[in-house]
Amino acid sequence: MAEYQNIFTQVQVHGPAFPGVSIGRDDRERMGKPTDVHLFGRLGDAQIGPIYLGWLGIASIVCFLVAFEIIGLNMLASVNWSPIEFVRQLFWLALEPPPPEYGLKLPPLNQGGWWLMAGFFLTLSIMLWWLRMYRRAKALGMGTHVAWAFAAAIWLYLVLGFIRPLLMGSWSEAVPFGIFPHLDWTAAFSIRYGNLFYNPFHMLSIAFLYGSALLFAMHGATILAVSRFGGEREIEQIVDRGTASERAALFWRWTMGFNASMESIHRWAWWFAVLCPLTGGIGILLTGTVVDNWYLWAVKHHVAPMYPAVFGTVVDPATLQGAQQ
Amino acid sequence: MIKSCTAIRIALLLAAGVLVSACERPPITTEQHGFRGTAMVKVANPRIVAGQAGIHAVPAALPAAPQEGQKASEVYQNVKVLGDVSVAEFTRIMVAMTQWVAPEQGCGYCHNLQNLADDSLYTKVVARRMIQMTQTINSDYKTHVADTGVTCYTCHRGMPVPANVWFAPEPQKHATRMVGNKGGQNTPAESVAYASLPYDPFTPYLSKANTIAVNAKTALPNVRVGSIQATEDTYALMMHMSDGLGVNCTYCHNTRAFSSWETSTPQRVTAWHGIRMSRDLNNTYMDPLAQTFPVHRLGALGDVAKVNCATCHQGAYKPLYGASMLKDYMALSAAGALAAMPAAAEAPAEPAAEMPAEAEKP
Repeated sequence: MAEYQNIFTQVQVHGPAFPGVSIGRDDRERMGKPTDVHLFGRLGDAQIGPIYLGWLGIASIVCFLVAFEIIGLNMLASVNWSPIEFVRQLFWLALEPPPPEYGLKLPPLNQGGWWLMAGFFLTLSIMLWWLRMYRRAKALGMGTHVAWAFAAAIWLYLVLGFIRPLLMGSWSEAVPFGIFPHLDWTAAFSIRYGNLFYNPFHMLSIAFLYGSALLFAMHGATILAVSRFGGEREIEQIVDRGTASERAALFWRWTMGFNASMESIHRWAWWFAVLCPLTGGIGILLTGTVVDNWYLWAVKHHVAPMYPAVFGTVVDPATLQGAQQ
Repeated sequence: MIKSCTAIRIALLLAAGVLVSACERPPITTEQHGFRGTAMVKVANPRIVAGQAGIHAVPAALPAAPQEGQKASEVYQNVKVLGDVSVAEFTRIMVAMTQWVAPEQGCGYCHNLQNLADDSLYTKVVARRMIQMTQTINSDYKTHVADTGVTCYTCHRGMPVPANVWFAPEPQKHATRMVGNKGGQNTPAESVAYASLPYDPFTPYLSKANTIAVNAKTALPNVRVGSIQATEDTYALMMHMSDGLGVNCTYCHNTRAFSSWETSTPQRVTAWHGIRMSRDLNNTYMDPLAQTFPVHRLGALGDVAKVNCATCHQGAYKPLYGASMLKDYMALSAAGALAAMPAAAEAPAEPAAEMPAEAEKP
């Protein structure tokens, strides 16, 4: 049983390295002789290579490095070029978007100009990588499911850093590049717009996020549990159910009355994962543009209940006549 | 195989240990004070609270002195703020002040011992102004200090300079260069409890009067209110208040709607007045002393040490956990202050007269 509970892959098959299926105009797109790395095999497949970057991949990496350098060098400059302070303060450091007074105007470099530039190159890098992902899937004759799932994440990224700031008329609404600073932005964003938890699209996004985790856990557990019966050959079992599929299905009918099939579980998982950033992006897009205070919106639509005033009547002192401001 | 697994487990354990090393050890106590199910609880770490017992201990009051007899101003020269109290009470307050503010340095910290009436030491000038400030707090800001009041000890705790004061921060070197502008934030600063929030929440709110409220008052967009950056400024001030008072957000707010007064606790009203009080004290009493203090007492920008919530509270929800030292030294409160001011002309800046008529209404 312990074998099934291990977090590391228990089986590593060593044989002649497989260069991949032929796609017709083969070798041009495959560089390097495949090698095995045992530690990688603990987590995934031990085989590394052959690799292919192509123009899209190289352009994407170059753009990413430009963005990475702009962000990193700004952080380093902000601690007076001290490598020690850079490491000590790394989690606090950030490249901030322009202050509110610039709106959508082009700000000076050190007032958010670098942020705009880093954002431009990072976005370009992500777009190029998406295109590369789409084209690699096509080259292998695969469906483009992975690229479209990635596109869902890119949607959320674009809403946060580009589309919503445009609609709000200010780059200052966008997210800073930094570890703690982007978390503080998240908290400040929710506080400013009256508590994002009352945003129904935020609720949906959370449901899909937790749902994805739940489905992933159920599916991973089910397949590992029936792998002794050959359950890991899920895809062929979509049409050719064997004893592993039958046992897994019966298990779920016994325990929750209903079961997914070898095909449907993957559709469920894909849609849950994709809908998480899709609905989240809609929720962010509506915030500030269409709804300015989600708590008051929830009160208006009878989502937020009122509780007994156990503290008595508390009144804004600023509204009292004669009070100081 | 077995060995490497053990090594990995040990490494993971060590990594987990490092990760939680900055965390407080449980258990943390919570005390419900709001309606059930609303998570309105006071959170406290009993070990941290126990460790702070020392600084919040109240020193014994000096034996009472007769209030009758000659007035201080009739006996001593150059008595400007406590001249109306009896000589015995005046001397008692002087002794108490020495214990509260300069127990090691003694009378000579403020007084020229050859001539006690002499104003040549800056500390005496400041101390006189601080007595006036204390009287103003106790008379004009009952909305914040109630009848508990404050004394010198509330802030000083036996030290000539209170442990918690603030100065305007030095401008960041790279803020005006080509790269590396931190925008006044993103630094592990004690002022905001080591968040990456703007590290000077005091200048905008406790010196200037920037708007603290950032939320829209309507569900749908109407009047443009605070920006994300303004929200982070407010958030930073709230981090200071939370840290300075040793309380969590729900001490004042129902966190489902920070801005909503009707779901807030009465403590939020007290805090609201406290913010105005700190701002007033900084602008009326502290800032004008910049010329009086010697350079080594000033901040990097030549500004005087100023008060914030932690100056009095020092990590407690009420300074000294609500114990009133003022009741034993009533000359430091309103009635005494006003009575001690027969020569009103000598203190033109005395703001007791500016007390808004209805400030106590809430």
